[in-house]
Amino acid sequence: MIEFTMPILGADMEAGTLIEWRRKPGERISRGEVIAEVETEKGLIEVEVFASGVVEKLLIEPGAKVPVGAVMALIREDAGAPPPNVTALPVAGPVPAVPLASPPAAPCVPASIAVGAPATPAAAASGRVRASPAARRRAADLGVDLAVVLGTGSDGAIGVADVERAAALGGKAAAAPQPAPTAAPQRPATAPPSHADAIRRTIAAAMARSKREIPHYYLATTIDMQRALVWLEARNAARPVTARVLSGALLLKAVALALRDVRELNGVWAGDRFAPSPDVHLGVAIALRGGGLVAPALHHADRLDLDELMRRFRDLVARARTGTLRSSELSQPTVTVTSLGEQGVESVFGVIYPPQVAIVGLGRIVERPWSVDGAVVPRSVVTATLSADHRVSDGHRGARFLATVDRLLQAPEGL
Amino acid sequence: MTRDEIRAAVLRALGDVAPEADLARLDPRAAFRDQLDLDSMDVLNFVTVLHDALGVDVPESDYSKLATLDAAVEYLAARVRA
Repeated sequence: MIEFTMPILGADMEAGTLIEWRRKPGERISRGEVIAEVETEKGLIEVEVFASGVVEKLLIEPGAKVPVGAVMALIREDAGAPPPNVTALPVAGPVPAVPLASPPAAPCVPASIAVGAPATPAAAASGRVRASPAARRRAADLGVDLAVVLGTGSDGAIGVADVERAAALGGKAAAAPQPAPTAAPQRPATAPPSHADAIRRTIAAAMARSKREIPHYYLATTIDMQRALVWLEARNAARPVTARVLSGALLLKAVALALRDVRELNGVWAGDRFAPSPDVHLGVAIALRGGGLVAPALHHADRLDLDELMRRFRDLVARARTGTLRSSELSQPTVTVTSLGEQGVESVFGVIYPPQVAIVGLGRIVERPWSVDGAVVPRSVVTATLSADHRVSDGHRGARFLATVDRLLQAPEGL
Repeated sequence: MTRDEIRAAVLRALGDVAPEADLARLDPRAAFRDQLDLDSMDVLNFVTVLHDALGVDVPESDYSKLATLDAAVEYLAARVRA
């Protein structure tokens, strides 16, 4: 019998609320399939199982807050199934996980927080209603106006349960003749942003640990993007809007392929040594509306063709912002890419996200005078940077990685 | 389709990609990308929603012509009728 436990989906996560079981007792489930939806501060997470078998017993009722590590269900495993000690381990599909012989010594910080980049500044101070993405979704489903929902989360943040309570009390925006008795007064604009605080604390813990433990080295190079952009523009011009590919996706593909070439950058530091990953699960830093960041994994980014990569990237951004990421996406990146180009900066040197050993930074694509065949011409260029763990790799190998990214982008049709 | 209908469709599309935005406060003559803190993925989604709602496929090279609410309505009004 295997025990399915509440997974840890963020360094600051102590508990999650079970929203829904996706399987009933007696039903089969295969590894990689979603067994439950759990709500955390990062939103609604679909939690996958690590082993195949038959659900024996569900021990927790939806709505209950469950501490990390607590047993939530029992699964009778198939004969010859993988060892039963870890059940909520994030594995996408049939592909083996990062080959960790032993778990990292320090608490594993999953990929769900920001790396070296500030949260989106706009929302925190704007006095908007604070609600988890899952709560917003539920509110939309139920037709509940969040403005009349009393939040009971830390510092008044609205959770799914609050929305459902409001709905039960008739808190629908239009339907309720009087605001429900629980209707919250307008939150004072001065209320401290607790959710932002929580994210800040998470970032602080992971980044302080990174700077304490990881001897970073930093490299940068400027890459001529002209050829890649001209190619991409022509490719997009022939396509309907739904099939267009962003230059960001092209850059991700080049980074993913180059990581295959320099393996010391892709994997995790496992206590006292490096565990390389055979797969490239690219953590992509995504700014959330309302503040904060997540860096969920784009699984097997190196193996996806450009259109598929774009589809998944688009889907990942959408789900990150509506709060339906999967547990494997939050805990499995083998390396991270941070891109601050949208904010207009030309270069970003990220802080490595433990237990990963490298972070790639991409700046804004800008037009600059550039020397081509002895003549100075305007070209579109991007600054790509690498922060890497000196315990694992040297500048020489890091330089090779950036040079490979450059080379790949000069032949975009191969991406 | 009237300009008001097009304007409403544009606002709905913006509400779709930036659900937390206070669209009532949007300055129709200033770039909404800055006002709503949109990134290139949001812009792509915005154009996709407009395509579904109005049947106008905005080429990538024209994205800059939809930078403000007023400009977007102007641009789309010409295409929807055409």
